[in-house]
Amino acid sequence: MPYALGAPGFLWLLIFFLIPLVTILSLSTQTCDPITLACTQTWNFKEFGNVLSTYHVEFLRSIAYGGLATLIDLAVAFPVAYWIAFRGGHRKNFYLLLLLLPFFVSFVIRTLAWKFLLADQGIILSPLKTLHLLPADYHVLATSTAVVAGIAYNFLPFTALPLYVALERIDPRVLEASRDLYASNRTVFVKIILPLAVPGIFAAFLLTFVPAVGDFVNAQILGGVSNTMIGNIIQDKFLTNIDYPAASALSTILLLAMLIGIFAYGRILGTRTIEEYI
Amino acid sequence: MTEPNIDPALLRGLTEPRYSRRQILRAGAVGAGSVSLAAILAACGTPAVTGNNGAASSGAAGGVGTPAWWSKQKLTHELNFANWPYYIDTAHGQHPTIQQFEKQTNIKVNYTEPIDDNTSFFAKIRPQLQQGQYIGYDIIVLTNNDAPLGEMIQFGWLIPLDQAKMTNFYAHASSLVKNPTWDPGNQYTMAWQSGYTCIGYNTKFIKEPIDSIESLWNPQYKGKIGMMGIATELGSFGLLATGVNPATSTPADWTKAAQKLEAQKPLVRSYYDQSYIDALKNEDIWISMVWSGDVFQAAQYQGYPQLKAVIPKEGGMFWTDNMCIPLYAQHPLDAMTYMDSVYNPQVQAQIEDYNAYVCPVPASKEIIATQLNDPTVANSPTVFPPPSMIKLSRPYYQYKNSTDLTTWNNTFVPVYQS
Repeated sequence: MPYALGAPGFLWLLIFFLIPLVTILSLSTQTCDPITLACTQTWNFKEFGNVLSTYHVEFLRSIAYGGLATLIDLAVAFPVAYWIAFRGGHRKNFYLLLLLLPFFVSFVIRTLAWKFLLADQGIILSPLKTLHLLPADYHVLATSTAVVAGIAYNFLPFTALPLYVALERIDPRVLEASRDLYASNRTVFVKIILPLAVPGIFAAFLLTFVPAVGDFVNAQILGGVSNTMIGNIIQDKFLTNIDYPAASALSTILLLAMLIGIFAYGRILGTRTIEEYI
Repeated sequence: MTEPNIDPALLRGLTEPRYSRRQILRAGAVGAGSVSLAAILAACGTPAVTGNNGAASSGAAGGVGTPAWWSKQKLTHELNFANWPYYIDTAHGQHPTIQQFEKQTNIKVNYTEPIDDNTSFFAKIRPQLQQGQYIGYDIIVLTNNDAPLGEMIQFGWLIPLDQAKMTNFYAHASSLVKNPTWDPGNQYTMAWQSGYTCIGYNTKFIKEPIDSIESLWNPQYKGKIGMMGIATELGSFGLLATGVNPATSTPADWTKAAQKLEAQKPLVRSYYDQSYIDALKNEDIWISMVWSGDVFQAAQYQGYPQLKAVIPKEGGMFWTDNMCIPLYAQHPLDAMTYMDSVYNPQVQAQIEDYNAYVCPVPASKEIIATQLNDPTVANSPTVFPPPSMIKLSRPYYQYKNSTDLTTWNNTFVPVYQS
């Protein structure tokens, strides 16, 4: 009878998670005709090899862009989360709201706004060019810098919030105790705050890295030649140049790469929370 | 010390692994799950399109579209028309030609603009057509340079037109849209507007006249060249650049064209969809592959007179957006009436004056110049192309089957997606 209470949740998971997942796994070994969309299961595992050999560059590039953007986000979000958690005072919720406010605007529109800001003769570059700090034909858009910056910007709240939650949970009495034992500020930070914040860093990394690697909006709007990410390839194969087996194979490989990477990362970081979930 | 005397059975129970009921249940569920997973993975497959295949010139299954069928149709005084955005005359939020049509024929037209891409619109209407349902539109507009139009015809999802009703069409349509290669005899389609994919450039930065497609490969414009990130368009331009007519090209030609496009990559700033026009306006790029109407509208109506479109001497790709009636349409006779009414030179003049793409009715030129007092549109070679320009228009390659389409995509998509 207690299991009946979980029925709505289980049903939701079944319809919106399990069934799509199984469909994708199944499609990756099928053969589909791109015009009639007739698909038959042929257990064609060669598709994985084909797809990896054709798109390994985009895979590695996506991981590189996603990883770089996540590192930037961690570097930027940690001081912000630290400040809100320890120095926020009674206005903590307000500062958190400020952090989340851009999310009220659509993801695509925010990225388009960046396209406007970073335009060759736009608000940011134009004054710098007039002052001759930059060469006249310098451009940020259509380079990998713009794409990584766009991804870092769009996923910053995903990094800041878990960090904030982890830092907020640190009992201030522990810090007092460490100071009583003659710990300098640096020692307090390195030996006490950082280790206690590690689950937060891990969660922040997860929440930022995984969607960043699969992102396609930033590459499409801000990127140029040789900036295509694996998300663009998958989107194109599903919607424009219809090739369901290849797209599903790419999605499966991305999923597996993420899972393996994250479990490995979890083991290395030594966070015990992973073992609790298994 | 003497060894403690332990009952062997107790020793076994203490040291051997024991399985609790929970562990057995869990192992059983995992086993059952993996077996069913394999079965589900094997069973997943979708059947082919079972629609009215083989809709040849004799009409679709059930006699739909035959003259006998058309004679039984009655006017319902209602019409649902799906079109692309900014493609019909608009004044203060209304469409004058549609209002005139409604007054003349007493047919209420529900004009909507849900189409901005052939493949995504086709993906939207496909499930309903496969189920045999009305898609909600009686007239839709599809381009001939993309797979969906051919697929609609191949699957028998378009109602053959009533040739007897196409009086205006056969009287006034230009030779470019009568009996076209993608629809011999205009069985299923009547052109709405046509356009050129050609070269657009900013005269502020490029002082010399552009007349060859090789200017897109000119190292002088490095980093300021835009190309289209669309497989059909990019591939066709690559073929033109290697001196091949796209309509008669072979896969070997495609590979050579792809190599030429790869050689161009260090010079290209980006591969755009329709946003090349913003990039041209922003001066991010100086020269690009363009659709003729976009540049015309930017130069004439949006305040960018420095932008110019030109058809290179190797040829420009000529595409046509076509009106057609999807299967299971509930107001086919009203649709036929509207489609033919658009070919009245007076009506077409009003539509063309706004659109400024290639007009399917040459007789409208006079009307636009004199009655509507708009010599810019009337004299524009990209609206009423002179014979010299018609000689330069090239039709697109028509895919023979799905392997053909896949080969084309596999050759050209990696160029802009790297």
